[in-house]
Amino acid sequence: MDTRVHDVLLVGGGGAGLRAAIAVAETNPGLSVAVVSKVYPMRSHTVSAEGGAAAVVRDEDSLEAHAYDTISGGDWLCDQDAVEAFVREATREMVQLEHWGCPWSRQPDGRIATRPFGGMKIERTWYAADKTGFHMLHALFQTTLRYPPIKRYDEFFVTRLLVDDGRCQGVVALEVATGKVQALLAKAVILCSGGGGKVFPFTTNANIKTGDGMAMAYQSGAPLKDMEFVQYHPTGLPFTGILITEAARAEGGWLLNKDGYRYLQDYDLGTPSPTPVKRSMELGPRDRLSQAFVAESKAGRAIPTPYGDVVHLDVRHLGEAVIDKKIPFVRELCLKYQKLDPVKEMIPVRPVVHYMMGGVATDLDGATPVAGLFAAGEVACVSINGANRLGSNSLTELLVFGARAGRAAARFAGAQPDPSSALVAQAADEERRLHRDFLGRTDGTERVADIRSEMQQAMEAGAGIYRDEESIQVAATKVAALRQRFRRVALQDSSRTFNTELVSALELSNLLDLAEVILASAAARRESRGAHQRTDFPERDDEGFLAHTMARQGEDGRPRIEFDPVTITTWPPGERVYGR
Amino acid sequence: MSDTVTMEVLRYRPEEETEPTYESFEVPVQPEWMILDGLNHIKDQLDGSLSYRWACRMGVCGSCGMLVNGRPVLTCATYMESLLPGPIRVEPLRGFPVIRDLVGDITDFMGKLAAVKPYIVREEEKPVEEGEYLQTPEELAEYKQYSMCINCMLCYSACPIYRIEPDFIGPAAIALAQRYNLDSRDEGAQERMDVLSQHAGIWGCTLVGECSEVCPKDVDPAGAIQRYKVSATVDFFKSVLMPWRKE
Ligand SMILES: Cc1cc2nc3c(=O)[nH]c(=O)nc-3n(C[C@H](O)[C@H](O)[C@H](O)COP(=O)(O)OP(=O)(O)OC[C@H]3O[C@@H](n4cnc5c(N)ncnc54)[C@H](O)[C@@H]3O)c2cc1C
Ligand code: SF4
Ligand code: FES
Repeated sequence: MDTRVHDVLLVGGGGAGLRAAIAVAETNPGLSVAVVSKVYPMRSHTVSAEGGAAAVVRDEDSLEAHAYDTISGGDWLCDQDAVEAFVREATREMVQLEHWGCPWSRQPDGRIATRPFGGMKIERTWYAADKTGFHMLHALFQTTLRYPPIKRYDEFFVTRLLVDDGRCQGVVALEVATGKVQALLAKAVILCSGGGGKVFPFTTNANIKTGDGMAMAYQSGAPLKDMEFVQYHPTGLPFTGILITEAARAEGGWLLNKDGYRYLQDYDLGTPSPTPVKRSMELGPRDRLSQAFVAESKAGRAIPTPYGDVVHLDVRHLGEAVIDKKIPFVRELCLKYQKLDPVKEMIPVRPVVHYMMGGVATDLDGATPVAGLFAAGEVACVSINGANRLGSNSLTELLVFGARAGRAAARFAGAQPDPSSALVAQAADEERRLHRDFLGRTDGTERVADIRSEMQQAMEAGAGIYRDEESIQVAATKVAALRQRFRRVALQDSSRTFNTELVSALELSNLLDLAEVILASAAARRESRGAHQRTDFPERDDEGFLAHTMARQGEDGRPRIEFDPVTITTWPPGERVYGR
Repeated sequence: MSDTVTMEVLRYRPEEETEPTYESFEVPVQPEWMILDGLNHIKDQLDGSLSYRWACRMGVCGSCGMLVNGRPVLTCATYMESLLPGPIRVEPLRGFPVIRDLVGDITDFMGKLAAVKPYIVREEEKPVEEGEYLQTPEELAEYKQYSMCINCMLCYSACPIYRIEPDFIGPAAIALAQRYNLDSRDEGAQERMDVLSQHAGIWGCTLVGECSEVCPKDVDPAGAIQRYKVSATVDFFKSVLMPWRKE
């Protein structure tokens, strides 16, 4: 067994992981830091974020306003102390990234430019045209090259966390190129492994977003918080699920039903005006827009296509010059992937699974209840997103909480003894497990692709935009059966060299855990709030459910759900008002 | 339109064979399908052991570059339909040692990216508390194009120099160096010049521009090389003819 020892280990090289790595290196340059990632860091899904990142910069804006938009957007499920830290540190982090070379779009005088975004009352979304995540990720990755202590394990798949004596002290990782299993020991581990949109069939998420970190933390005793909240983005291209950024609406795009009517006006989202009005109509929050789509579709006012009903996103009136300047990637994506030019044609769109509000429960420094285990980014739930994330808060969250977790982990690691040698035995067990369950098995009959696709269909049917007791139970029964079938999975690939089928099987196992937790959490929350809409409990119920679900794995391997209080500091729960 | 097409895919399993072989698969064609969808069909339905890289399926992560009918392309952005009636031959990018099937070893490329010091270099850094460095839209436009590189390596695969001169630092790395050299916030051009001039091959580049032709993001690495050569020549003559101006 090959064993390496570091002080702080990052699982994930996306925006959160790279920001955290730099924070560790700056907090204590004497520490050895390693970034472990199943893909080369610049392939991480942060790369595909388009619209922008929120932070207060304009004179007319305030931290209170950003906090209020975030909390009301999250239907009062956000922990308000976390939101306060978030808005307070957001601007500094964004300027820091500017100093590290991020090519933010500018005003004529050279200052940072901003654009409006859904659910935000004041313009505070910084952007780099409509490739914000791409530029942020490359700037961060390139900047890490300045820090010699940051070592990388590229294309290493982490299969489990090493916990001994209640303390996380490293991970087991499979080197994909060689199939070698290694123990990577550390005094602190930060999970920055991103979300898990691949639990669902139709998603903006890359193939690699399989919730590995959430599942591994859960298996190690850390609770998953608010997992029932899955964000559907209202505007994805049919078939591919490619995202058409909210920036298209922020710049003035309209959503039209089959009659060319701006239907959002019928859903208490305001009255149409020719130019965008903040927190109104097309700039309402994502949960409400996706729900309005379902109603239009049910009423027969959407446009049927082979890939389901769509509505139209119309940006033609913006004109070619604005489209090319502000949302060039939207045009590129439409031309390449939908064979249409948004300058001349309307874009067909439908809601698509986009983001997980829930994740590994952490405190404001990214610490989880498992000592030595930290988490930041989409994998974590700190929680600033509550029941519905506002667009452009996530990229900023990666920076603020990535940096916080990095600093906290560096301090923690500095005070810890060396990792225990008992862990190497655990890693050897893991190596044997991979062989027994996958590579060396000859009696399997089930295929990874079949189980994955049946799970995805079951989740869409059971826990989509609208759910109820029955739909959730049907899906849960199905997922339990799939879990049984997974025990008989057979790989056609027994090679040690770059075995992507083995990686897919390990990812599927994590996805099944996530599916189970999402369903159990959704069943427990007998109310409707934000992105969690129960047709059998259509109202928000603050008496019963102004609380976070916390899912822990029980002895029998099944999730147990408990409720934790929401931290309210300044903003008592109120009505969510848009367009009025 | 035919309903299926033959995909001839390069296979190489180092534990089993010493030489790559080609394996043919009959794959259905749908109007929306890219080459990558065809490969996914093979992996999910026909042969789970086929290995290749992909992630975003939206042309931005840079992981799915392969040779398709001999041409370096992003497989997630190339319609199957455009290559009918086939057969469609899929191979790993040229210029990178093959690890397995369609997967190449990109260690060398990653080292070259890092070598050009692709980050802001300044004598003095302004404290973050003092706010952003001002940069006008015109200044941004100076380097913007070179900042669009997704590290897909199609340009390396197309480059005739890289094939015969593996030390050549290559199109994307030079474009990346220029991305920082031309950034109004940066002062590291001289350091990068020193790095580039140590690397073999740059003067061998004939500027035929195969790299720019295959680039899916219009980065125009050939243009970057051209600009670099001009500034390097000026620099060279300055140092020889006007040594007092070297600073
Ligand atoms: C299409 C799209 C557009 C978006 N646009 C915006 C936007 O405009 N504004 C905004 O604020 N947010 C946006 N978001 C959301 C935001 O981009 C993501 O939430 C965020 O980028 C997640 O970053 P991360 O660092 O947490 O994870 P990721 O960037 O997903 O990185 C995860 C990392 O973990 C690694 N990893 C995962 N599992 C393992 C494992 N088992 N072993 C080893 N490594 C592993 C991966 O290799 C990767 O490096 C968008 C999301 C999508 C999908
Ligand atoms: S310059 Fe173009 S072809 Fe070369 S790696 Fe960058 S994006 Fe790819
Ligand atoms: S899969 Fe990301 S560029 Fe093709």
